[in-house]
Amino acid sequence: MSHASNSPEATVLLKATGLQKSFGDHEVLTSIDLQIGKGQVLALIGPSGSGKTTVLRCLNGLEIPDGGEVAFDKGPTVSFTSKTTQRQAQVLRSQSAMVFQNYNLFPHMTVLENVIEGPVRVQKRKRAEAIAEAESLLARVGLAEKRDQYPHQLSGGQQQRVGIVRALALKPSLLLFDEPTSALDPELVGDVLRVIKELADEGWTMVLVTHELAFAREVADEIVFMDQGVVVERGHPDVVLRAPQNERTQQFVHRLLNPF
Amino acid sequence: MTVDWNLFLDSLWPITQGALKGTIPLSLISFVIGLAIALLMALMRLSGNAVISFIARAYISAIRGTPLLVQLFVIFYGLPSIGVTLNPWPSAVIAFSLNVGGYAAEVIRAAILSVPKGQWEAGYTIGMSRTLTLRRLILPQAARVAVPPLSNTFISLVKDTSLASVVLVTEAFRKAQEIAAFSQEFMLIYIEAALIYWVICLVLSMGQTRLERRFDRYVAR
Ligand SMILES: Nc1ncnc2c1ncn2[C@@H]1O[C@H](COP(=O)(O)OP(=O)(O)O)[C@@H](O)[C@H]1O
Ligand SMILES: [Mg+2]
Repeated sequence: MSHASNSPEATVLLKATGLQKSFGDHEVLTSIDLQIGKGQVLALIGPSGSGKTTVLRCLNGLEIPDGGEVAFDKGPTVSFTSKTTQRQAQVLRSQSAMVFQNYNLFPHMTVLENVIEGPVRVQKRKRAEAIAEAESLLARVGLAEKRDQYPHQLSGGQQQRVGIVRALALKPSLLLFDEPTSALDPELVGDVLRVIKELADEGWTMVLVTHELAFAREVADEIVFMDQGVVVERGHPDVVLRAPQNERTQQFVHRLLNPF
Repeated sequence: MTVDWNLFLDSLWPITQGALKGTIPLSLISFVIGLAIALLMALMRLSGNAVISFIARAYISAIRGTPLLVQLFVIFYGLPSIGVTLNPWPSAVIAFSLNVGGYAAEVIRAAILSVPKGQWEAGYTIGMSRTLTLRRLILPQAARVAVPPLSNTFISLVKDTSLASVVLVTEAFRKAQEIAAFSQEFMLIYIEAALIYWVICLVLSMGQTRLERRFDRYVAR
């Protein structure tokens, strides 16, 4: 459960400081600080609307924060102001790949085409090489024989595994998961979580937004609990999920563990 | 009234020739150029820049708010008075292209907007630029939505090219007019011309169906 990389001296991969974001006069993120060590899994939890998705989107520049900074170790650093453009934020995207709640696969492309699109069109890798890699990644998640199917021919769980493979194929230094199992039928959740767990064990660095607290406890090195745009509590999963200090965390965890 | 079948058969080839040398190439060329204009106008309308968006909006409004025949006359009979004299063919191509550009722009804009926002974001997160996302992800998906309305635009265009007869382009309808004037068999010849337009449009409808089926490969039914 705890990885070697969880030690304090693990290299920092990503440091986000003072992320602030408003939509109109609605302040969605107040001042978010996050730090992720190489190989670490950070689970972001919190009530719906607390700003988890917005944090993820700020980390890859999909959303432009009004203030704050995102810095990758040996990589790009972007200091955001209200004048930062999409183009300036784009450098962050070469570092991370995102897995969406509703997959967002490309419906007009086959599974294989979905996976190689980024490597071939963006990273300009050789097509044959990209295909070989895509095939082995698909085989890993048990979807080798689906390579020529279209997304609509797959179940939700299969689509999400393709979504994960599409992200992996880019060889990012950071994986961002936004509630990857929230849209799935309950019996399909396990297949996807198993893949994420394997990736965590392999040493991928990831930020995972999830409501699956048991899973978060299993894979995460650190839990960050957010509410109303601020980090309320953070720490080791055993502490935050078992013996939370903050009252809001206590209520949230209690509600998720005892839904009735 | 007796039908002069000999005249009918004798005029079949000349009118068809008018279609092959006039109607069909005029339609095809104008449609292709018109689509390019339409795509440009659609993207301009969608751009965040208020001035650019306004220009596109004004263009679309002007094209849709004025009769095609008047547009044709402005270009062929109007432009020479300010020193720009164009031959019948180029005049017709310009008028029809601009016209298609105005109508198809709204179709393409709507089709682009029908693609879920998540597709743009998925493109961005795999590192694509806006342009690459548009070209590889958004337009191919928008195309599926746009095929039926654009087919309508194309079919309308084929019929509208008969207006080119008034600016002296030799196409199917002008041929028919000549034969009718000569033979005085107006009913027969104009019905014959109508039938030829109908056949062309039937073929186009079949093409539309095939195209739609191809695009349906990737959507759940
Ligand atoms: N594009 C947007 N425009 C306006 N408000 C938004 C936008 N995106 C998110 N919000 C608001 O920001 C808040 C946080 O949203 P989000 O980050 O999606 O929360 P979470 O993922 O924790 O449910 C919500 O109140 C949401 O309504
Ligand atoms: Mg969310």
